[in-house]
Amino acid sequence: MTTTHPKLQVPDRAGARPGTGTPPFWTVRRRDNLVGYLLITPQLVGSVLFVLLPLGLVVWYSLHEWNVLAGTFEFVGGENYDRLVTDANLREVLGATALFSVGLVVLNLALALFLAILLNQRLRGTAFFRTVFFSPVVVSLVAWTIVWQFLLQDDGGLNGLLAAAGVEGPNWLRGEGTAMLSVVVVQVLKNVGLNMVLFLAALQGVPAQLYEAAELDGAGVRTRFLRITVPLISPTILLTSIITVVGSLQVFAQIAVLTQGGPGVSTTVLVYYLYQQAFQFHHFGYGATLSVLLFAIVALLTLVQWRMRRRWVFNET
Amino acid sequence: MKREIPLRLKTLLYGLLCVMCVPFVFPTWWMVTSSLKPIGEIFAFPPKLLPADWDFSAYAQVFQLQPFASQYVNSLYIALIVTTGTMAVAAMAGYAFARIRFPGQNVLFVVVLLGLLIPSEVTIVPLFQMFHGLGLTDTHWPLILVPILGAPSVLATFIMRQFFISLPGELEEAARMDGLGRFGTFYRIALPLARPALGAVAIFTFLHSWNLYLEPIVYLSSPEKFTLPQALTQFVDAYGGPMWNVQLAAASMTALPVLVVFVLAQRQFIEGLAHTGVKG
Repeated sequence: MTTTHPKLQVPDRAGARPGTGTPPFWTVRRRDNLVGYLLITPQLVGSVLFVLLPLGLVVWYSLHEWNVLAGTFEFVGGENYDRLVTDANLREVLGATALFSVGLVVLNLALALFLAILLNQRLRGTAFFRTVFFSPVVVSLVAWTIVWQFLLQDDGGLNGLLAAAGVEGPNWLRGEGTAMLSVVVVQVLKNVGLNMVLFLAALQGVPAQLYEAAELDGAGVRTRFLRITVPLISPTILLTSIITVVGSLQVFAQIAVLTQGGPGVSTTVLVYYLYQQAFQFHHFGYGATLSVLLFAIVALLTLVQWRMRRRWVFNET
Repeated sequence: MKREIPLRLKTLLYGLLCVMCVPFVFPTWWMVTSSLKPIGEIFAFPPKLLPADWDFSAYAQVFQLQPFASQYVNSLYIALIVTTGTMAVAAMAGYAFARIRFPGQNVLFVVVLLGLLIPSEVTIVPLFQMFHGLGLTDTHWPLILVPILGAPSVLATFIMRQFFISLPGELEEAARMDGLGRFGTFYRIALPLARPALGAVAIFTFLHSWNLYLEPIVYLSSPEKFTLPQALTQFVDAYGGPMWNVQLAAASMTALPVLVVFVLAQRQFIEGLAHTGVKG
């Protein structure tokens, strides 16, 4: 990332004073520098103390066998990393994490784009619908999750409605496949409004003449969507997919409230597993190792996505 | 070239929009109405959209079972301090990185930006150990200090920097010609102009703090120090089963005030959050 600085043509009053011998120490430039350093101090100190230091510590801890309950803390080298490979649960956890992230991203982006297209039609009252679709974003996360937990109970509201329609619903949060589906859908509904608004802004930036010209050339709805809309909003598709992927790897409260990772470990995503190992089983060393793994995954995905944009994002600004 | 949408298509679109509203509106509706149903009615079949018997006792129970008033105050004061603090830290750093040229600036900016790459879940284990070593677990300090100074504020700093870069330089130039110092230029000229960006930062920071769940359950152990998200999950009966109407009453009291503010100031919310592209 490069920084651009608008040039400020400020006369250096101290230095420009004619006829004086040695210019005073506090020139405008030096005073500017001092103010600059002072202004960034809180953020810089915070970054070092609460981001870089813990990141270093997490790597250091990952090289130790550390059980708080047993009071052990000894250097074991790469042993925790060996455990990553042999931990049979972890394989399932990573599978669940991947399933959750992919499901969430696909469903979220598809629904967001669909809603944005609906709202982009020349209709009255779209502002009202926009507010409705956006509203879960501001509903307290745990409150939203609790309502869904209530709705998805075996004898809860959703199955009640289904039964009224003559369908017998499953026990959503206890079934192997339905639990994951439930967690994904609850999370999609919570946050899809954000991506929807981003897509809506992008759609409104597509010049109408392009559609008109294409229509005159005989292009159908599908062709117009695939050949005009998608390429022109591709920077937004990339942005939303990055935000959604990284966000999906941080989902914790929803899992903790809805399924506690179950049934079995079918909804235990990496962050929840990390929390269990460190704060429920008190294996801080292994918890730290899982943190390093999480960091590696997030960093790798971010890198890959930024690389991808060169390949398939049209009209990067 | 303006065309009217044919009536049939219009009806179809409105129908689609209304159907799509259901999963977004129904949960909130169900939360509030169920919290007003007596416990016997809560799993009634067929499900009723409104309580047959209006029962407000769950709202009283919320305060009897938990120190809910203190928990509410905790969440509110932590969110307000975090919001104010983040705005200050981010505005200062964002301005300096955007508008002042000083040696080492680019390196320091990269150091700060690393926070964007590191989800706070990655550093929760060492941060817990650090605060534990300082004797600050089961206090609100970690919930205040880390968001204001650590990774969560980096995004705010980045947003403020982007904003200050876009400000025309002439304004500052004129102020400096008039003899205003660098800090004065920041505080009196640039900062008042940054109100929209600061508003966006305030909204997402407040929501982030208000929703925080992993950190409180890791750091806090006494119920009177709990924050709201943590407290909401504590309304269970002697067998560990959730007391639904009480839990939903507490959830309603947590969610509705923010929802009301949102409806009143929706343009600022939607634009602010959309411009920052952040999950609340």
